[in-house]
Amino acid sequence: MSQADVTGLGLTMFRISSWLKSPKPYLMVTGFMLLLATWYFTVEVWKLPRFQDMPGITEVFSEWFSKDPYYGLSIYTPEYYKHILISLRRIAYAFCLATVLGVPLGLFLGWSKTIRDFIFPLFEVFRPIPVLAWVPLAIIMFSGSETPVIFLTFLASFFATTLNTMLGVESIDESYSRAAYCLGASRWQTFKHVVVPGAMPYIFTGLQISIGVAWFSLVAGEMVSGQYGLGYLINTAYMMIEYPKIIIGMITLGVIGYSTSALVRLAGDYMMQWRVRELALGDN
Amino acid sequence: MNMIGEEMQPGLSKGAIRIEDVVKIYDPDGAAVMAVDHCSIDIPAGEICMIVGPSGCGKTTLLNAIAGFHGVTSGHIYLDNELLCSPEKPQAEPGSDRIVVFQNGALFPWKTNIDNIAFGPLMAGKLGKKEIYEKARSMMADAGLSGTENSYPGEVSSGLRRRVEIVRALMNDPKVLLFDEPYRALDSLTKSVMHEALLDIYYKNKVTIFFITHDLEEAIFLGHRLIIMTSRPCKPKKIVDVDIPHPRDYSVLTSPRFREIMNEAKGVVNEEAKKAFDAGEREG
Ligand SMILES: Nc1ncnc2c1ncn2[C@@H]1O[C@H](COP(=O)(O)OP(=O)(O)OP(=O)(O)O)[C@@H](O)[C@H]1O
Ligand SMILES: [Mg+2]
Repeated sequence: MSQADVTGLGLTMFRISSWLKSPKPYLMVTGFMLLLATWYFTVEVWKLPRFQDMPGITEVFSEWFSKDPYYGLSIYTPEYYKHILISLRRIAYAFCLATVLGVPLGLFLGWSKTIRDFIFPLFEVFRPIPVLAWVPLAIIMFSGSETPVIFLTFLASFFATTLNTMLGVESIDESYSRAAYCLGASRWQTFKHVVVPGAMPYIFTGLQISIGVAWFSLVAGEMVSGQYGLGYLINTAYMMIEYPKIIIGMITLGVIGYSTSALVRLAGDYMMQWRVRELALGDN
Repeated sequence: MNMIGEEMQPGLSKGAIRIEDVVKIYDPDGAAVMAVDHCSIDIPAGEICMIVGPSGCGKTTLLNAIAGFHGVTSGHIYLDNELLCSPEKPQAEPGSDRIVVFQNGALFPWKTNIDNIAFGPLMAGKLGKKEIYEKARSMMADAGLSGTENSYPGEVSSGLRRRVEIVRALMNDPKVLLFDEPYRALDSLTKSVMHEALLDIYYKNKVTIFFITHDLEEAIFLGHRLIIMTSRPCKPKKIVDVDIPHPRDYSVLTSPRFREIMNEAKGVVNEEAKKAFDAGEREG
């Protein structure tokens, strides 16, 4: 089968199977094993000075997979999934809102010089303010415990998405829009057929960053406000001295965070077949 | 065997370009770079007119003024006696009667070849989608592009890409094709294939061709006339008639007449290139 025949998810499968044939997965597994072994030996075997208070790997995993967990949290308790689902729901709201607002704004910022001169300076002032600095204001501005957390999660995502989308529009070679005008396209048609798809690679880079910073700000938000959620879980476990729960929360965050980011990449591949195919050709 | 004159019944032919006393000064209030200086060129409909001149002399500037990508400082440009631009309306409206084939190619990488080719008529919206795609398919077949319809431009060779781009232009029944060194980046073998393909397309669709190049051999092989430009600011320095009858093929390259014209043109070009070089030395 030639490259040109492979489409859609088939292309993703093709990539996965060639990945499995390369040495990469084995190196990856080795990396994980090394980390786990280091954890085991430093905490449980050698009991190194600063490590002795840390929860050991056996303790964490037996708790995590226990039907009757000592601290009340394992894959068999509904509470575990409640934390995950609530965090995921907040991420979904914040990420979607950031995308729905950020992508169009970025497109217009990149496309129209007037809009850019008007809004971009504002943007440049707000962007460097770290999410944590917004915490008090978020709590004052929004009532309840849910909206402040979603707002905080949204903020950083929104900036990342908007900025990358704008850069995406600026990155488009001028000859594409000139070609569109030559072929009789109106300004609006050019926007739709050249500016939007041309900026797409940058938009998806932005969305990758956006989903990453969303998790970052989510955990920060959940630690100071809100009930339930993985950040809340980690923070309360720390206060209640239930250390294994901290590690369970952290690993869960890692796995779920990675999965959401993989989903975004998959969506990108799906929407930019042309790019995937070009890159796949380049690899050969 | 026919010179263009034979089938050019006046009134039926389309695509005559008249450039009258055009001046283009970049940044008139600041650095004031004069790129085109009182340049007048008359191109009859259906002619292949080759523009040759030293690097940076202002060829692209002139082409962009015809295409409507930027305005002129003074002077007039007419297409079939209709005013494109003048001091009152310095910038021509870009449109599908004058289509540019760009130096680095400007097929939309996010559209398949056939979608690229259908783009112009789809934007114009005069024909139905089905009709447009039928026409696209048959034009692709004529140009030897069958089988690449659903590939993306990034997946086919650079030679095929150039051909797709020319077909994309021809789909709109343009009066004029404007080429800005389209074959500069191609190796000489691909280039000679492209030349024959271009002539082949030209014999089937009589359009006026305004073709910028550095390559004298290309210029003489393709053109009815060579317009050799002065170094910047550019205007015609010498016009060389290539009285070798069309249709031509590669055997022309070794004919004595070809060598004669080559020698004649080479002297003028070298003189101007040397001037441009010396000017560069002085400025640098
Ligand atoms: N936007 C601009 N502002 C100021 N100067 C410009 C601008 N565009 C081009 N120039 C200058 O005008 C001159 C002519 O440029 P142009 O691109 O038309 O040359 P060219 O003949 O196409 O050159 P080449 O053979 O290298 O493609 C050059 O000296 C260039 O530096
Ligand atoms: Mg040029």
